[in-house]
Amino acid sequence: MKLALTTRQRQRMLSAFAIVAMFVIWELICVAFNISGLVLPRPSAVFAVLFEKMPLLWPHAVQTLYTTVTGFALGVLAGILIGLVIGSSRFAYDVAYPLLVGFSSIPKVAVVPIFVVWFGAGTVPAVLTSMVICMFPVVVNVATGLAHTEPELQDVLKVLGARKLDVLWNVGLPRALPYLFASLKIAITLAFVGTVLSETVAANKGIGNVMMIASGNFDVPLVFAGLFILAAMGVALYVVSSMIEQRVTGWATRGNEVVIT
Amino acid sequence: MNESFIDLADVTVRFGGADNPQATLALDRTNLRIAQGDFVALVGPSGCGKSTILKLVGGLLSPSSGGVIVNSREVGGPARPRIGLAFQNPTMLPWLTIRDNIMMPLKIVEPFRQHYRAKKKGEYAARADALLAQVGLSGLGDKRPWQLSGGMLQRASLCRALIHEPQLLLLDEPFGALDQFTREELWAILQTLWLEQKPTVLLVTHDLREAAYLANRICVMSARPGRILEERHVDFARPRSIELSYAPECAELVQALRMRIAEARSDMASGAVPTLPVKPVPSIDIVKEAA
Ligand SMILES: Nc1ncnc2c1ncn2[C@@H]1O[C@H](COP(=O)(O)OP(=O)(O)OP(=O)(O)O)[C@@H](O)[C@H]1O
Ligand SMILES: [Mg+2]
Repeated sequence: MKLALTTRQRQRMLSAFAIVAMFVIWELICVAFNISGLVLPRPSAVFAVLFEKMPLLWPHAVQTLYTTVTGFALGVLAGILIGLVIGSSRFAYDVAYPLLVGFSSIPKVAVVPIFVVWFGAGTVPAVLTSMVICMFPVVVNVATGLAHTEPELQDVLKVLGARKLDVLWNVGLPRALPYLFASLKIAITLAFVGTVLSETVAANKGIGNVMMIASGNFDVPLVFAGLFILAAMGVALYVVSSMIEQRVTGWATRGNEVVIT
Repeated sequence: MNESFIDLADVTVRFGGADNPQATLALDRTNLRIAQGDFVALVGPSGCGKSTILKLVGGLLSPSSGGVIVNSREVGGPARPRIGLAFQNPTMLPWLTIRDNIMMPLKIVEPFRQHYRAKKKGEYAARADALLAQVGLSGLGDKRPWQLSGGMLQRASLCRALIHEPQLLLLDEPFGALDQFTREELWAILQTLWLEQKPTVLLVTHDLREAAYLANRICVMSARPGRILEERHVDFARPRSIELSYAPECAELVQALRMRIAEARSDMASGAVPTLPVKPVPSIDIVKEAA
């Protein structure tokens, strides 16, 4: 029997195989060098803990997911609005860009204590941290997308008496969409970073908090279990956002349109 | 007609600021009048300010001094005439179908704008399809721009410039990137559409045969800063056939225009002020051009 596989299917199979292979090699190294479970637990041990402590971990996972998605949504919303303002005029772009670069180069760990001072420990600083951290790629991409409208097309519309809002709505926004979606994939990953960062510093719930406590107790397998959960959620959200991207901006990947990621 | 539709009076355009010594003087006290419903072609050396004149008339650019009047009103005011514009580059929006691209002006220009939602599926779509059929693209309205060739896109771009029945049609080398056969076919189509709708047309072109075939009047511009050096009335009967553009009388006109532009170019090369130039011996000029 001959197996007929498309390139895409083969690529997916190889990706799955690579993940399995990584776990197998990890397991083998642990066994071969007799590495202590306190340093690097075997993946099988991690999965066992994950399974065993699932009822305990579940609410924390939900908390982290909730915080991340909320922060992500707020960050994207704020990012789109700021990006629109900055990108819709050359002047605003030039004025605001240095400010933006300044803000985005602040290490985001540094903002967590400030949010804790303002709002106390808990969910709020975590949401805000993930919002702030995932906002900047969105702002930059939306502004860039808007700024990329061809001058000739703008002329065609201006000659018709189009108002600024007409141009923005009919050309600017659709033109910026692929840039926006490209930035969403980056933003969702960053939102996770923000949430976990804040949870490890100042929270009593969430996977970040669990990992912090577990590492204090030298429960290394549990720390890794938390890591696995984060990785799984991160991958899932990435896949969702890239699927939405495919549906909404399919036109951008056809023809000779090039999307900058 | 005494009252001209377009009136450029002593228009000067300087790019780069008034007190900047590096500024480019694109137009220097240029005058141009065009009657309503006329078809005028603008030819001249590259960089002489043809596109600049087009942008002035379209209200995309304000003159540094002088007045630009279109339809008895100062350009840039609130009551603008209906204008259609097409460039060498078709600039279709890739996320819309060809039909939706063509209907874009109806979405923006009054009075179509207020009925757009109600009529976009019916009357407006039918109008777009009729235009598509006229330029030889029937049945392609549902395609996306990337599924069409460059020549097809240029036809669509012509439809977009005409769908709102503009009083003024501005064309900047619209057929510059096309092959000879497509170009000639589109000349004929443009002539038909013009004879039907009778908009005032200002066509910028590098193709002198195109100018001779399409226009009622050809304006030859000097090298930068551009001025109208000479105007030629083209009296061939309408509708004109493509064969006419190969006939001796047309060839003669093209040859005369070519000579005039060659003169304007050589003025530019010698750095002379482009006022009325001394007529050089034509044969020498032709040799220089060919070399
Ligand atoms: N936005 C601008 N800023 C500065 N200079 C400009 C600008 N637009 C045009 N120019 C200059 O003005 C002059 C006339 O330009 P224009 O585009 O009108 O030429 P053209 O006759 O259309 O040339 P071509 O036939 O090559 O298209 C050129 O020398 C050009 O360098
Ligand atoms: Mg030009």
